[in-house]
Amino acid sequence: MAVARTAPVARLVPAAVASAGETRVLTYAQALNEALFEEMRRDAAVFVMGEDVAAWGGGGIFGVTKGLMEEFGAERVRDTPISEEAIAAVAVGAAATGSRPVAEIMYVDFMGLAMEPIVNQAAKLRYMFGGKAKVPMVLRAQEGAGRGNAAQHSQSLEAWFCHIPGLKVVTPSAPADAKGLLKSAIRDDNPVIFLEHKALYFNKGPVPSGEHLVPLGIADVKRTGAHVTVVGIHTMVDKALQAAEALTSEGIELEVIDPRTLVPLDEETIFESVRKTGRLIVTHEAYTNAGFGAEIVSRVVTSVFDYLDAPPLRVCARDVPVPYAVPLEAAALPQVDDLIAAARSLVRGER
Amino acid sequence: MAGRNSATKRPTRTYLSKDQLATAVRLMLTIREFDEQAMALYRAGEMRGTTHPYIGMEAVGTGVMTALRPDDYVTSTHRGHGHTIAKGGDIRKMMAELLGRATGYSGGKGGSMHIADMDKNMLGANGIVGGGIGLAAGAALTAKLQGSGRVAVCFFGDGALNQGILHEVSNLSAIWKLPVVFVCENNQYAMSARADWSVAGGDPAGRAAAYGIPGVNVDGMDFFAVYDAASKLVQRAREGGGPSYLVCQTYRYHGHHAGDPLNYRQKEEVERWRKLDPIDRLTQALLSGKVLTEAEIAATRQSVVEAVQEAVEFAKSSPEPGVDQLMTDVYA
Repeated sequence: MAVARTAPVARLVPAAVASAGETRVLTYAQALNEALFEEMRRDAAVFVMGEDVAAWGGGGIFGVTKGLMEEFGAERVRDTPISEEAIAAVAVGAAATGSRPVAEIMYVDFMGLAMEPIVNQAAKLRYMFGGKAKVPMVLRAQEGAGRGNAAQHSQSLEAWFCHIPGLKVVTPSAPADAKGLLKSAIRDDNPVIFLEHKALYFNKGPVPSGEHLVPLGIADVKRTGAHVTVVGIHTMVDKALQAAEALTSEGIELEVIDPRTLVPLDEETIFESVRKTGRLIVTHEAYTNAGFGAEIVSRVVTSVFDYLDAPPLRVCARDVPVPYAVPLEAAALPQVDDLIAAARSLVRGER
Repeated sequence: MAGRNSATKRPTRTYLSKDQLATAVRLMLTIREFDEQAMALYRAGEMRGTTHPYIGMEAVGTGVMTALRPDDYVTSTHRGHGHTIAKGGDIRKMMAELLGRATGYSGGKGGSMHIADMDKNMLGANGIVGGGIGLAAGAALTAKLQGSGRVAVCFFGDGALNQGILHEVSNLSAIWKLPVVFVCENNQYAMSARADWSVAGGDPAGRAAAYGIPGVNVDGMDFFAVYDAASKLVQRAREGGGPSYLVCQTYRYHGHHAGDPLNYRQKEEVERWRKLDPIDRLTQALLSGKVLTEAEIAATRQSVVEAVQEAVEFAKSSPEPGVDQLMTDVYA
């Protein structure tokens, strides 16, 4: 599907947005892999660890760390046992002492085993020590449904991390952003929870070679439109673009925004869009209840209430464990048709 | 019981200079006086939250730290004042932190359980039982990656023996041969639960065998025993031999925290342990060995009392942090 990609709003693009080299078509997984190669070559303090990331897994179950051990050796590309709490905690200690770990938790669902060092150590050391420590670590994981992995391997848990001050939370949807955001995350002096989506790994897109950095905290307006602002995370960006395409025949224009990072959140780009459209849909694969969409709605209602023509809507996953069977899984997740129906209801008042 | 299965023979005290021994005495006296004054401040209502006194356990932190280089890493526990002092921390900044002052180690943002001295490679006390275990292994990994020859020491109590992170990190450290020494301060109680009830098998050092690493028990009330055992294990780690367990049998004279009603243990037990007092034993040994004189020790005691008093006065006269500091230091 051809989608017009618009540049981010000009005033939000700092001079530091650097792009270099030619643009090739890569998968999301290849783009992440390229970012790791480039950052490990650039900075000897960067190292990679996780389950099946080096020799055992041949470079990760989705190939994101493929080839790293061959170039950088087993000291800097380290397989770990299945010990999620240790992976996260060792990353914190390494980061606090001058290393820049890029640690992987294979599924975001396993983060439950690693929450102590993430929440009580990584996020808090700097504050508790009065600014005397820094924790420059990236904790990668993949989340999301759509592959029949059922309840313990399909969740989208980004809201857990957004709730904790001291963490940054990144959710790329496009291959170029995956590369540019991962490079920025590795260079960031804070703990960054870098959440990939398992259904996106084999999506292809144009990716600049070399020094392509996407700063954390800058949203991308994927498509402009006059009537409804749709803020989507991960796979819901593409579904929103499909809904937008389908609605053109009805004269309904969607403006699709990918926040790209949730913490820090580029709320001004969202506010500016809502000031124009007067209508908001938030959409993510995470559960509706207490999902990050609620945070976006809250900020919009608080800051640009006077511009709203209708109550904002959440088109998010149902509040149920992700089921296995095809029709059940599909029914639990927000779909293109749900977005179309929500947009119609906002524009035509069909409630 | 103290000294059970002690792996060390008679102390090799000749390895230590008079200066080092005098420093050890001063550090142990400082730890005790600092925590006595911290408890007094807490009882007087001048300190918020709580404080976990290290009194009775001074030989462990001081003995281990005497075996370290200044650039070696240490992670600590909620009972962290002793480790910070023994690693060379500044008691004025510590006391100011306890009183929540801008001049404290963390500018008043952390309090007793969150004091770190990154310049001295003291990577922080920790409010989570077992919270420092992975951090120590991470510091050891940095040392290994950088080839710096530095060692990380991880202090934890008998309570942390039963946290899952200890198993994960012990295993990981063993297969990666990380230069880390896991020092268990078995002070016999995890909050109010007795270690001989909570720790299955009765011998935590014996767990090390399952990881294929050394596990050593020492009398944690004996500075020399701790120093000797720690020296060997630290040296082994520094030379690439990998991790080890050092279990120090010790005792906290006071409660888990300053407000602990202490209704779970008998006076006779406390008296029995107090007879093993680590400061008395060290000073007696140094007197009988004619390393230090009564006058020198008395002078040290006096200067320690004065230094801690000065730290209290410094803390009390320091300003509280301005509210403009509330949102700083969340992100780098």
